[in-house]
Amino acid sequence: MPAETLLELVDVGREFDVSRPWLNRVLEGEPRRSLQAVDGVSFSIRRGETLALVGESGCGKSTVARLIVGLYTLSRGRILFDGADLADPGSAPLRRRMQMIFQDPYASLNPRWRVRDIVAEPIVAHGLAPDAKALAARVAELLTQVGLAPEDGERFPHEFSGGQRQRVSIARALSSNPEFLVCDEPTSALDVSVQAQILNLMKDLQQRLGLTYLFISHNLAVVAHVATRVGVMYLGRLVEVADAKTLFERPRHPYTRMLIDAIPDLEMSGKSRTPVAGEVPSPLTPPPGCAFNPRCPHANERCRTERPVPLELPGGRIAACHAVQEGRIGDL
Amino acid sequence: MTESLLSVRNLRVEFPTRRGTLVAVDDLSFDIAPGEVLGVVGESGAGKSLTGMAIIGLLEPPGRIAAGEIRLEGERIDNLSPEAMRRIRGKRIGAIFQDPLTSLNPLFTIGEQLVETILVHLDLNEAQARDRAVELLAEVGIPAPEIRIDNYPHHFSGGMRQRVVIALALCARPRLIVADEPTTALDVSIQAQIIELLRKLARENGAAVMLITHDMGVIAETADRVAVMYAGRLAEIGPVKDVIHAPQHPYTSGLMRSIPKLGEGRETLAQIDGAMPRLNAIPPGCAFNPRCLKRFDRCMHDRPSPMPAGATEAACWLYAR
Ligand SMILES: Nc1ncnc2c1ncn2[C@@H]1O[C@H](COP(=O)(O)OP(=O)(O)OP(=O)(O)O)[C@@H](O)[C@H]1O
Ligand SMILES: Nc1ncnc2c1ncn2[C@@H]1O[C@H](COP(=O)(O)OP(=O)(O)OP(=O)(O)O)[C@@H](O)[C@H]1O
Ligand code: SF4
Ligand code: SF4
Ligand SMILES: [Mg+2]
Ligand SMILES: [Mg+2]
Repeated sequence: MPAETLLELVDVGREFDVSRPWLNRVLEGEPRRSLQAVDGVSFSIRRGETLALVGESGCGKSTVARLIVGLYTLSRGRILFDGADLADPGSAPLRRRMQMIFQDPYASLNPRWRVRDIVAEPIVAHGLAPDAKALAARVAELLTQVGLAPEDGERFPHEFSGGQRQRVSIARALSSNPEFLVCDEPTSALDVSVQAQILNLMKDLQQRLGLTYLFISHNLAVVAHVATRVGVMYLGRLVEVADAKTLFERPRHPYTRMLIDAIPDLEMSGKSRTPVAGEVPSPLTPPPGCAFNPRCPHANERCRTERPVPLELPGGRIAACHAVQEGRIGDL
Repeated sequence: MTESLLSVRNLRVEFPTRRGTLVAVDDLSFDIAPGEVLGVVGESGAGKSLTGMAIIGLLEPPGRIAAGEIRLEGERIDNLSPEAMRRIRGKRIGAIFQDPLTSLNPLFTIGEQLVETILVHLDLNEAQARDRAVELLAEVGIPAPEIRIDNYPHHFSGGMRQRVVIALALCARPRLIVADEPTTALDVSIQAQIIELLRKLARENGAAVMLITHDMGVIAETADRVAVMYAGRLAEIGPVKDVIHAPQHPYTSGLMRSIPKLGEGRETLAQIDGAMPRLNAIPPGCAFNPRCLKRFDRCMHDRPSPMPAGATEAACWLYAR
């Protein structure tokens, strides 16, 4: 079967206005301030694969997710789903084929609805159940699938623990049989044994139903388990994209290397993890040239002035780094 | 052992419902010494957050403490008036909750919320409080704190909001810190920074830290001892190295096996089959018995209490003598 592209982002950007209140600006003569949360990001996801997005807090992962499902509008660029531009009028039916699992299971469930109604809502909205009996059966099946009991449908979200609520939102996202799921930290609220069950379930659904995932997580060990390919973001930009195996075994971009070195060490071998050098610069004033240059051990003059563009390297991986492209640094 | 800073004895938390009383935390006892970090792990729904809420006096009715005692530096705090408890919270106990969005008020800027909390607990004027707030934001790794302080919570990413909540909880340098999933929303580098901050508070101020988290990597790096909870009960407690590398309770062993490890590739993860029992259907005997591969007769009708097992204590009949 050809690896056909399901979703494509072309030079996507999103700015936010984070100015101080109008009065302060006037009194203190301050200009408006805007923040480039996502800056020229391009990637594509093939049907049936899992692309993971990783990167430090605030680098724009959730914003990318929200742009894709249409919760934010684009400042620039295009997003194509199954070949059609999602900005086109008449693309609404396309959005129905995608669902999102949110980072925050608290804010995303309506507190006044019973869990069964929360899970049933997309089924009803899309007219996917012929009658009330079929609807109830489908909801019970979904709750069981995510490790809850059909009786749990009677309860309200506040009666559940954090991890149980996240399972409710997963059941809800699966309820309309989407082809494409955007998962923003779907398991970070779950303990490792439930996480293992959910990740195995997601993989099983992918194999059975041919689902495609965009998977956002801070946990690189989790990403290594679920992802076919991985994109690494830094300050709103995509710095490296590669096959999961290649990326973890032979990271090219200096930032990717730093992230992988910082993974907590469960072996407690006494080796403390390599502390991440420096801090993420403010996205309000990103450094000129390569945004990573203040923290990068390989930075030179060119890095401080000229912004590297993502280029495809032999083997199909993509990296935005002068040193990699010049051959100054190779594989680890 | 040194005098404990926090001591929890036979704690029981209940929810009365129309269909009977649900026992969410059942006969739970543990201590935390000054300067010590106790990690609390366990199945989702095991009662970790409720235990934390009971300690800080924020159980939401109808949930209530039905039995047991909680002592902070020797003084009982489980029976205090809401007013007295409010004074202790923030000043002597700092709380970091699992859900960053609901602990921040969306109508006020980050700075307004920090300054208000600082003014309540520290003897500073407004301008000093604002400086302190900027300092705290820098401490938890928010870039450009002097500008971001005037933003509203919805301007921040998930991880940044969590760091603000941490800054709020730490502003009065409390004696006990109850942190419920403080780093789940954070990536590894910020995580390391927050962990270092918590460790530093424990080390330098002799604070006790109760750290609830699913992240075993964080536990391995931060905690001195670990408590493992299952179905509202203590399954195992002991030094972090032993609980992670030589777990004694069958549930803990299963938990440790299901941790994804780098370099294992895309195989199916090991999982413990089945699910934790509903609170209204906890089996007699050991609560883990329906899923336990080592169960035997006694497990089906006798409830085990924590007993010495290897270098830890485990509530499991395998270790009865
Ligand atoms: N609605 C908004 N208004 C203003 N700024 C925003 C808004 N949403 C996000 N931002 C800013 O955009 C940047 C990226 O945020 P985003 O939520 O995408 O990060 P993230 O990578 O998902 O981080 P985390 O891992 O912490 O969830 C951050 O600097 C954030 O403060
Ligand atoms: N208001 C309530 N009414 C009834 N049951 C409740 C209520 N609040 C919590 N519970 C139940 O109490 C149990 C313990 O919940 P708690 O939030 O302490 O779990 P947890 O161990 O923190 O789990 P997680 O790791 O998923 O956050 C859960 O089974 C939950 O369903
Ligand atoms: S472009 Fe330069 S500064 Fe940026 S990552 Fe590559 S070597 Fe480092
Ligand atoms: S007491 Fe019995 S059922 Fe419970 S964990 Fe031990 S062996 Fe298993
Ligand atoms: Mg996010
Ligand atoms: Mg919890």
